[in-house]
Amino acid sequence: MTTKDKGSETGLAPSRRQFLRGAAAVGAGAVAGTAARAAEPDPLITEVQDWASTTGAGVDATPYGLPIEYESDVVRRTVPWLTADPISSINFTPIHALDGTITPQGCAFERHHSGAISLRKEDYRLMINGLVDTPLVFTYEDLERFPRENRTYFLECAANTGMEWAGAQLNGAQFTHGMIHNMEYSGVPLRTLLAEAGVQTEGKWVYVEGADASSNGRSIPLEKALEDCMVATRANGEALRMEHGYPARLVVPGWEGNMWVKWLRRIEVTNGPVESREETSKYTDTLADGTSRKWTWVMDAKSVITSPSPQAPITHGHGPLVITGMAWSGRGAITGVDVTMDGGKTWQKARLAAPGQDKALTRFYLDTEWNGEEMFLQSRARDETGYIQPTKDQLREVRGENSVYHNNGIQTWWVNGNGEAENVEIS
Amino acid sequence: MSKFPNQLAFVGVVGVSVIALSVGLSERAAHKAAEAAHEAEAHAAAATMEPVAQHEDPAAEETAAAPAAEEATETAEAASAPEPVAAQEADTAEAVPAADMPASEETTETASADTAPEPDAVEEVAAAEATPVPVVDGATDTLNGQGDTMAVAGEDTAPAHAKFGLGRVALPEEIAAWNLDIMPDGTGLPEGEGDVWTGDEVFAENCAVCHGDFAEGVDNWPKLAGGKGTLDRKDPVKTVGSYWPYLSTTYDYVRRSMPFGMAQTLSDDDVYAIVAYILYSNDLVDEDFVLSKDTFLDVEMPNADGFIVDDRAETEYDQFSQEPCMESCKESVEITMRAAVLDVTPDHGGDEAAAEPAPEDDASQMAEATPEEATAESAEESASAPAAESEAAPETADASTPDAAPESADDSEPEAAAEEAAAVAVAADPELVAAGEKVFKKCQACHQVGEGAKNRVGPVLNGVVGRTAGTLDGFKYSKAMIGAGEEGLTWTSETLHEYLADPKGYLKGNKMAFAGLKKPDDVDAVVAFLEAHP
Repeated sequence: MTTKDKGSETGLAPSRRQFLRGAAAVGAGAVAGTAARAAEPDPLITEVQDWASTTGAGVDATPYGLPIEYESDVVRRTVPWLTADPISSINFTPIHALDGTITPQGCAFERHHSGAISLRKEDYRLMINGLVDTPLVFTYEDLERFPRENRTYFLECAANTGMEWAGAQLNGAQFTHGMIHNMEYSGVPLRTLLAEAGVQTEGKWVYVEGADASSNGRSIPLEKALEDCMVATRANGEALRMEHGYPARLVVPGWEGNMWVKWLRRIEVTNGPVESREETSKYTDTLADGTSRKWTWVMDAKSVITSPSPQAPITHGHGPLVITGMAWSGRGAITGVDVTMDGGKTWQKARLAAPGQDKALTRFYLDTEWNGEEMFLQSRARDETGYIQPTKDQLREVRGENSVYHNNGIQTWWVNGNGEAENVEIS
Repeated sequence: MSKFPNQLAFVGVVGVSVIALSVGLSERAAHKAAEAAHEAEAHAAAATMEPVAQHEDPAAEETAAAPAAEEATETAEAASAPEPVAAQEADTAEAVPAADMPASEETTETASADTAPEPDAVEEVAAAEATPVPVVDGATDTLNGQGDTMAVAGEDTAPAHAKFGLGRVALPEEIAAWNLDIMPDGTGLPEGEGDVWTGDEVFAENCAVCHGDFAEGVDNWPKLAGGKGTLDRKDPVKTVGSYWPYLSTTYDYVRRSMPFGMAQTLSDDDVYAIVAYILYSNDLVDEDFVLSKDTFLDVEMPNADGFIVDDRAETEYDQFSQEPCMESCKESVEITMRAAVLDVTPDHGGDEAAAEPAPEDDASQMAEATPEEATAESAEESASAPAAESEAAPETADASTPDAAPESADDSEPEAAAEEAAAVAVAADPELVAAGEKVFKKCQACHQVGEGAKNRVGPVLNGVVGRTAGTLDGFKYSKAMIGAGEEGLTWTSETLHEYLADPKGYLKGNKMAFAGLKKPDDVDAVVAFLEAHP
């Protein structure tokens, strides 16, 4: 690093230590295709270790299990300077340390507008009113008696990568792309609940709001509400966490996270949009000429390499390297991801871990070789509509530099000869 | 997409919203009849209990009365409609953002016609239109001729019935309590009024602590005034005056969600007054303006015409759907910008503030490419980096400042402190402390307590019991609070009781924007909670 090395000294200290340990291995082996030969026997193998001799923890040591202590750095993190206050704020999923597609609830990012509230199932009420035949109130128990579905969807905050709009800013995939999670939801299709109340012909929109002080009201066209929205009570098989809207939240597949109202308490069928604060003063995209796009609900196709990345440097020396990341699209399934290691001169097709799923995360891998060369890593997603993830420059050309939300531009990680990565922009 | 093989059919039919009714093909008919009866009952109940006329709908009876055999036929018809292809489904989804007024009946037709030109879809809609009593079921369990099976193997869509008879009718009082939203045309505005001068006072008392006396915003809290003419410049300032297209939004938001931490405590008149004052701060009304439902539409919002509906489908999707280059795509690659230069990434601990501001040359390099708006209330708005902003420093300062002055430092009152400590030891009642923790939620919008607590809008409250008023290092108190401390005010159980019951009355001119705890039990509890945090 030619200028400041601050990131490594402070921010990335653990990784750096890790790296130095790993550095010993560089060159020690790893000639492609040939297993390295150890200089002396490994005491971890030749000596009887404690854990191979004594007993481990009994059952019930942790009635609800938490990750092992060695994974304690895989946690949500915030960027304090982003917000005035930690209650109306946001944190980020540690995507750099996760694999697969499902985000564990405990490290899935949080965004609250008036803090996460603690609402008991017994105190939960969901009202449907407005242009319906019969305004209704449901209890939590009522919700559990409707037929339910299981669906896996990503939720991405409209502001994900927003801090990167004008240039490379935060050094870590967690911070640049961590306002996202992907969970399997169990819940009742919204159309089922609406049918119960009977939507009148004048009804064109639904207005949804939460039970917290922010209420976070949003207007959703009726067509979307009937298509695939659901009222979820569980995620990844267990009750929603408090911070994700326990006991019930709205799921709005493929659309910006702000619309997935947490602690959902009311659905009003209306004949027009309410134009609430969250859909006028926020979550709108100001273009170069000063006009602003509204109702930019769909999250376009996007991807990011999660490892290597600034928080996940290469520590294992030369030879085989797994490059991995995730891709998603609010307009359907991911059909392909291309990866470049040279900043876009040449691209290769990455391997999708599983066929892309509708509006859900897709994991991709590029199984390659690295021998200490400098890399400019980028990934580029394609979805089933044929849309190809654009570069940041392409987006800026259309929208100007004052936009914040809906930045789905291609991300670049610069990996140096030591395997350390930095967030950069390139020509 | 293939996971919803029958979804278009489903949407098409559901979209027609004159009541839908569900019927399985054969076995469930009896069950359905019972359900229909239940539903008729529910509607009868609705008719008697629900005075809001527009909520009544004769369709209810119609539905209940509809002959089952007929519906069954139609169900079969809907189900046997050709399966939509994936592309059509995608089109339907895409059409949504662009559709100006997605509708049930009309839009189903238009949207499908516009976006799904394939004959299948059109037929589908036509079938739905032609159906005299549209039927909602049909979808899942009747497809593939396995109508009687509730859960077909491999079928992942919940069976749709029209009615389950679940829930109960919402009472008018309940709807009135929650149905607070206000439409852009002012529908939903309550009775009452408020003038600018009253607003000035109410704002000072309830809002200024975060938004500033002149709505200019304190620290990173939102600016509510100013910013006129900045939207097409770098770093636009988005305020009620410069950006918000509808006045309804301001009233709606203030009434439902403000003040932060004490939402829904303001009277409708106070909200009118606050909104009038915000308008005045933006030079949008004169000082003698009185806002009410009658004058509401007289106010012109400067950016009312500043919004367009999402046009990405027209302006971006074609351009971003070109076959991409795979080989020899560019000659050279140069770094144009580095995050490490900016250095605003929090360290791995996560709760530390960003490192100290970058040296000036770095900052100036950044200034060119980074928006500098530090006033953002939220992550969304905060595209800015603190490196280029001295104003963003308070967070950093907080982190590096000792959080709480140690009790022992308060040597002016050693005896009192000791006494208090003793009292804590004797009196700590775990139940009361637990109750206090709940009450403290009212306080935590501004105050932190416990390990790692930092000064926020209000000072850290660890050790507040026994502390001389206005003396915690690193917190900027009001003159009134500092003065009270200088005159000997120490926070004891007794003084806290008096203060918390009536903050403004007890200490005039202090800046705590809190109306006070009305219930004596709450005061007892929260004081016990604070005593438990020495």
